[in-house]
Amino acid sequence: MFPARFDYHRATTVDDALRLLGEHPGAKLLAGGHSLIPMMKLRLAMPEVLIDVGRVSELKGIEREEGKIYVGALTTHAELAASEVLAAHCPILAEAASKIADPAVRNKGTIGGNVAHADPASDLPAVLVATGAVIHLKGRRQRQVKAADFFTGLLATDLGEDEILTRIEIPDLHGRSGHAGSAYLKYEHPASGYAICGAAAVVKKNADGTCAAASLALNGVSATPFDAARVCRELIGAPLDDAVIRQAVNDHLHVGDPLSDVYASGLYRAELAKVYGRRALRLARDRAR
Amino acid sequence: MAVQIRVEVNGTTYEREVEPRLLLVHWLRDELGLTGTNVGCETSLCGACTVLVDGRAVKSCTQLAVQADGSSITTIEGLQQNGELHPLQQAFWDQHGLQCGYCTPGMILAAADLLAQNPRPSEAEIRAALKGNVCRCTGYHNIVKAVRQAAEQMGGG
Ligand SMILES: Cc1cc2nc3c(=O)[nH]c(=O)nc-3n(C[C@H](O)[C@H](O)[C@H](O)COP(=O)(O)OP(=O)(O)OC[C@H]3O[C@@H](n4cnc5c(N)ncnc54)[C@H](O)[C@@H]3O)c2cc1C
Ligand code: FES
Ligand code: FES
Repeated sequence: MFPARFDYHRATTVDDALRLLGEHPGAKLLAGGHSLIPMMKLRLAMPEVLIDVGRVSELKGIEREEGKIYVGALTTHAELAASEVLAAHCPILAEAASKIADPAVRNKGTIGGNVAHADPASDLPAVLVATGAVIHLKGRRQRQVKAADFFTGLLATDLGEDEILTRIEIPDLHGRSGHAGSAYLKYEHPASGYAICGAAAVVKKNADGTCAAASLALNGVSATPFDAARVCRELIGAPLDDAVIRQAVNDHLHVGDPLSDVYASGLYRAELAKVYGRRALRLARDRAR
Repeated sequence: MAVQIRVEVNGTTYEREVEPRLLLVHWLRDELGLTGTNVGCETSLCGACTVLVDGRAVKSCTQLAVQADGSSITTIEGLQQNGELHPLQQAFWDQHGLQCGYCTPGMILAAADLLAQNPRPSEAEIRAALKGNVCRCTGYHNIVKAVRQAAEQMGGG
């Protein structure tokens, strides 16, 4: 199994990659290749030109500035999982990355490729929605899109053909406004590790233990990350005991149009969403201070 | 279109022209004759094709040879030193960590990446590190024992 023929260009900078994209309409960017190369081997993708951005150093690394964390698009899953900055300021992203597939996949796959590919069974999209991340894009101009608006359908995003995802901005979960608890849990496919259902929760508590803010988003259950905002609205101001969380999830977490495939029916996924949503909210609550 | 690449494999530098669509595993096997790297599933799931690229385990069936330009690769053939088996190779032998041997090169290189990162892994950490490497024969227990033996011999333990 090997890809159809294509021409290969290696970009040295973001601007160089943008120039190459302009010169070769229909070209595909290549980052870690762990979604694109399998698709090309199956001839589900047959781009005539690949533009390898794998060595563009300005797309690498994790930085923290004024209450925000900036993660370069080329940061690998292994780097996310091992990051001290993320461990201290956004542990849910490291937790989710550490649960992707296996070490060899994590050594190559990148956050930018994961998000741009927008596989509904990926682990990072719901984490970005739940944390309120912002995706930074560069084309003829620079623009920023909220993660919640970025995923538009099955394998579809707001990313233009002539744009590059440069970095992802995530709020500091442990910043001046308190120590939010966060958790990513998943029910994974036993062979590939992809999420049949993944739940990302972030919870902030008031001094009296009631809920100050909460967010919950799910992977794997719908074409785009499922934002369980209705559940979270119900929790604000409420005491966060198990029964309250259970009630809010049972009453308000309804995946209207769940994905269904040979591995898990839609009905089963909708149930998994409740179970994992509940567990993720509880774990996030336990981690909040 | 052919692209010039320069890659160090097991200590020897090779400069070759490759077609962009050539997968790394085929370059290693078919052009360099390093057939110790096996091809199992061809779909990134079995780990039989695992090699070290700049010290880290990767699945060479899911990487283009052109992506490896400028890097340093270790395949199973590169682990022995002057005819002496690498401690991992010796441990797989001692602990019966293989039967048919098809998964073994990939298992050993995935374990080598683990021991470089974490010289004293727990049993659970060994199993997690080998998650992407499938063995149809051994039932994994002896593979885990072999990695533990190698960790001890390499000074971690
Ligand atoms: C066996 C296996 C198991 C896996 N299991 C999981 C799992 O459990 N969970 C999970 O989340 N993922 C999983 N993955 C997917 C993995 O995380 C991929 O690495 C990731 O989805 C894509 O990242 P990449 O860097 O490899 O992107 P590539 O494959 O290089 O690119 C993917 C797509 O994104 C585009 N792209 C890449 N970078 C950019 C950029 N900077 N700007 C704009 N577009 C860009 C490309 O053009 C392409 O269309 C698995 C993959 C494999 C092979
Ligand atoms: S042949 Fe590469 S993972 Fe199976
Ligand atoms: S020894 Fe036969 S597949 Fe592992």
